[in-house]
Amino acid sequence: MEPFLRIEGIAVPFDRANVDTDQIIPARFIMKPRQFDYSKVLFHDLRNGPAAEPGFTLDRPEYRGAKILVTAENFACGSAREQAVYALQDTGIRALVGPSFGGIFYTNCIKNGILPAIVDATVVSALCAALLRSPGSVLAVDLPQQTIATNDGKWFPFRIGEGDKAQLMGGWDDITRTLEHEQAILAHERATAATATWTRPSFDEAIGLRRPIPFAKARDER
Amino acid sequence: MPGTGLTIFDRIWARHRILENVAGEALLYVDQHFLNETSFICFQELERLGRTVRRPKQSFLAMDHTVPTHHREAGIPNAENREAIEYLDRFARKTGMAYIGVDDPRQGIGHIVASEIGLTLPGILIAGDDSHTTTNGAMGALSLGIGLSEVTHVLATQALWQAPYRKLRVTFSGSMALAVDAKDLVLELIHRIGAAGAIGHFVEFAGAAVSALSMAQRMTICNMAVEAGARAAIIAPDETTFAYLKGRPLAPQGKDWDVAVTEWRALRTDEEAVFDREVEIPASEVAPTVTWGTSPQDAIRVDGRIPDPKDAGSAQESARAEAALHYMGLAPGMRVTDIAIDQVFIGSCTNGRLEDLRAAAAIARNGRAVVPAIVVPGSQEVKREAESEGLHLVFRAAGFEWREPGCSMCLGMNGDLVEGGKRCASTTNRNFMGRQGKGARTHLMGPAMAAAAALTGRISDVRTLLERA
Repeated sequence: MEPFLRIEGIAVPFDRANVDTDQIIPARFIMKPRQFDYSKVLFHDLRNGPAAEPGFTLDRPEYRGAKILVTAENFACGSAREQAVYALQDTGIRALVGPSFGGIFYTNCIKNGILPAIVDATVVSALCAALLRSPGSVLAVDLPQQTIATNDGKWFPFRIGEGDKAQLMGGWDDITRTLEHEQAILAHERATAATATWTRPSFDEAIGLRRPIPFAKARDER
Repeated sequence: MPGTGLTIFDRIWARHRILENVAGEALLYVDQHFLNETSFICFQELERLGRTVRRPKQSFLAMDHTVPTHHREAGIPNAENREAIEYLDRFARKTGMAYIGVDDPRQGIGHIVASEIGLTLPGILIAGDDSHTTTNGAMGALSLGIGLSEVTHVLATQALWQAPYRKLRVTFSGSMALAVDAKDLVLELIHRIGAAGAIGHFVEFAGAAVSALSMAQRMTICNMAVEAGARAAIIAPDETTFAYLKGRPLAPQGKDWDVAVTEWRALRTDEEAVFDREVEIPASEVAPTVTWGTSPQDAIRVDGRIPDPKDAGSAQESARAEAALHYMGLAPGMRVTDIAIDQVFIGSCTNGRLEDLRAAAAIARNGRAVVPAIVVPGSQEVKREAESEGLHLVFRAAGFEWREPGCSMCLGMNGDLVEGGKRCASTTNRNFMGRQGKGARTHLMGPAMAAAAALTGRISDVRTLLERA
């Protein structure tokens, strides 16, 4: 994973509250392999078809190649689908700036090297106002310093958990690092297996393999 | 352990903490890992990394999101869904995972099946590839919804990194009025604290009204806690929990049962424990509730009127409410009970259990559906039990369709969709734009209310129907 230190790029004001992951990527697109270019389906139904929003923010030419999205409260709430992050990532987004994010989405961002920077709602308002004044202008996001700077010299601090910051800056492989603690995981498994066997029942022994219902022959009793 | 000031979360957390890193994040041991066919990318990633499933017996894979609910003789029509299911079927059989395939007699929505077979137990830690994994907190488990990267991590390590969370206690005091459902309690909560109200929090549900709830109702409120942003939801196990679990295939048996129940009784929050936040809602204030907008927080009493976006707290919220009304094709001031609906969906991990179907059938038996209505049991077990009580006959006699189990029209991945512009009275958990299909309009409500809407063709106050019955 690409380490995140400092990025500079076009920022999109996307000041809407409670944007859910069903909007970011409708469920009918989530059964595609990771190799699929998920940028094709980012906000699909807000950008395509008869019900599309005319002049949808992300389609404006001044935001082409944007790397930063400035969002409102509870961005990407709802479904756990990590494909919402894939869609942003494949579009080139490296950082999101907002007062709060859907909990699972927030972690999904960290695990994909995308920075979810948390700021006060007043900072979102200030940034969006500045970005609307000169559409297509650039922000600089500095993770070690935890700052967001505008191109006219203003800067704002953002918040991030220490562990999340370290992971983004290191760009490390989570699984390899965790398995450095293999002995501790094994010790935990042995200790709990001895004291509470029932916490991890053997699925097969307890309920056995029952006769399957032939799926292709299941009767439709409508 | 009286006097220690611990919450139920602290107790389960401590029991699963393997170690902590310098940033204060804990590596937690995952007792049970819940997966479904939308997790297929994780298995491909695991293979790409050359890693294996560390504990297949603790990896519970249930096919639910994309399985057809009728015409099963035709197999799975969508190629992407079919290929993912076939790939996972091979993978699960090869690795010996705890697996509920599409042709298993226990097939159904993972969260529902897990509770039926006794896989979800008090005090265990569950991580699941589904935001509604919060459902399992109803049994007193610490149950966390996670994304694909974390799923791959848990598959490889059986552990999960977690930063400490804030704690919120929601107390539903007193008792619920007649014809009020657990769905109404949780919709009222989300309305009061907002869809972002519980972000970053573990939520404990407590109070007399919660103690009085059945397990099915407890699962409904824990299920929808995520719609307020909650990371996890929990209800301390009590006699209701133990009675529900006893005798289930994977619950402890014999001597183990007594040992387990003794341990489970200690799984509670001390009186001295301090929460970061407390919310109290007198249950008697809650009426049958439905949603009018495109966020679960857009909830209102069924005897109310559509709110005016101008009255929203901020310019941003006014704009959001206005866009929601536009999408929903509704106007401020309109009576909720004047909203005509086009179809009805009864089912999902929120309201697809036997008790939900009984509540819907109790209404359905008084009339006949005037709009298309489908009933999708949460699992084959729910379906069998419902049929043994004759509920399927009640539904069919009233013109409702009786189908095979799955997630179905909650998110339409299997093709059970609401057409654009159509309005659906739905017992599901999300009224997001396009959730049930592109352009679909969703009104969330409890199962009795949804059945009432089917009989009248508009959103109806179930209390009025009950008076007439």
